[in-house]
Amino acid sequence: MGNEAIIVENVSKRFNLRHTRSLKETVVWLFKGRRGDLSSTFMALDGIDLSVDVGESVALLGFNGSGKSTLLKLISGVMSSDTGSIRTRGKVAGLIEVGAGFHPDLTGRENVYLNGVILGMTEQETTDRFDEIVEFSEIGKFIDTEVKFYSSGMFLRLAFSVAVHTKPDVFLIDEILSVGDEPFQKKCLARIQELRESGCTLVVVSHDLDMVSKVCDRGVVLRQGTKVADGPIIDAVRLLREN
Amino acid sequence: MSAELLAAPDKGGGLFDVFRRRDLLRLIVRKELKVRYRSSVLGLLWSYVRPGVQFVVFYFALGVFLGLNKQPNFVIYMFSGIILVNFFSEAFGQATRSVVANGALVKKIYLPRELFPVASVWVAIVHFLPQLLILLTACFFFGWTPSPIQLVGAVAAFVMVTMLSLGLGLLFAAANVMFRDSENIVDLMLMMATWLSPVLYPWYLVRDTLGETFYFFYQLNPMTIAVEIFHAAFWAPTAAVQAAPEGARLPEHLMSQWLPIGLLISLFILVLGQSVFRRLEGRFAQEL
Repeated sequence: MGNEAIIVENVSKRFNLRHTRSLKETVVWLFKGRRGDLSSTFMALDGIDLSVDVGESVALLGFNGSGKSTLLKLISGVMSSDTGSIRTRGKVAGLIEVGAGFHPDLTGRENVYLNGVILGMTEQETTDRFDEIVEFSEIGKFIDTEVKFYSSGMFLRLAFSVAVHTKPDVFLIDEILSVGDEPFQKKCLARIQELRESGCTLVVVSHDLDMVSKVCDRGVVLRQGTKVADGPIIDAVRLLREN
Repeated sequence: MSAELLAAPDKGGGLFDVFRRRDLLRLIVRKELKVRYRSSVLGLLWSYVRPGVQFVVFYFALGVFLGLNKQPNFVIYMFSGIILVNFFSEAFGQATRSVVANGALVKKIYLPRELFPVASVWVAIVHFLPQLLILLTACFFFGWTPSPIQLVGAVAAFVMVTMLSLGLGLLFAAANVMFRDSENIVDLMLMMATWLSPVLYPWYLVRDTLGETFYFFYQLNPMTIAVEIFHAAFWAPTAAVQAAPEGARLPEHLMSQWLPIGLLISLFILVLGQSVFRRLEGRFAQEL
């Protein structure tokens, strides 16, 4: 007891797909006696229970639309669930998308600071790790160039590098390990392994089953918003490959 | 690390969370300022050009053509009101747009969302301070001798406008996520803001023309109170105004009654804005 990093209890999430965007349409709809549906709903997650221990690395697997990314967003706090509760321990860093906090008009250096602090470091910590971050990203002399002039590979490398240097307690990763060329991907995986060995809890969403089986010990398979399997990663991957 | 307790991920402390992440607030403000003036030669100077031109237009249209210049030091009267209304317009307008403008971040990473409206208001303060400096310089040339109460009043008026614009900003920023119409509503409100407070005309015209009842409601607008206090603090204590036969005509009980009322209304709007914002923020990520 008391060793869980993440506890998800009976969590459901329903999405309202609103068809209107303006006040006018809503008012017209009200005057027409509310005919027709303004919105339709669909269950993205339906009664999910999950508990992840500190230091575990878990893969969330499933086909498109199975609710993996939604679950990750709920754990990171970006969205809130309709029912149930989610609790986490320590600093959670969510990499729902690489470079989400990057601004194209700022230089690499400014973006490292902005993104580092967005992901939960203090300014001082960012300064301390700045050289490490730049070295890892292999950006070198372009660090003082505006990010809009970067190639997409450079951009992703720098963004990823900031993220993996934030040293969170819980690290949420959504389909981002497909970053850069192969040598850099290897480096990323090595870095993730390093984080894992240092006791960091990992939750990974990915369709890359080979990569996932290298990084994670445990696999959770989701299908249309419900949990269908939870066990060693090899079993989960096998289940997914079978159908 | 496991000594820390399990906690819900969206432990929204509202505006208090913003203070806990001052580092981030500072960086966002710096980013906003930098991005706004990217590849522009004049840079921050543009924030003087706009009020400057506006001021010249009003000065000629109202001061010279309509003859309001006959009032002593009408320039100070007008400018002290204009900078306050400009501050309010920028803070409120930008705060309303801030959450939608930062949608990419709101959707992807958990941050206290109040950061964005607060940063907008902060940026507006950065633009306000140099204008205030110009006003102070001008005041000294016109023989300015303010009393301590007037100075404290000016600070309180600034606090009042800050709370008001942040409160309205939070309210409409949250509404803007649901309905983009809010931006247009806010633009309309801002268009009226200059005329709903005695920036370009004296306050007693409202009372004399429209009667005491209307005047009472007119006076309940915190912007009106703040502008009047700025007049009391910057325009009234200048030499020419004090030497004039009728002196400075200011509303009665301005400091003793209207100032606390204005602060209370602004505080109420801030609390209201914050609570609506918090109620709606759980839906931001999926609505954007």
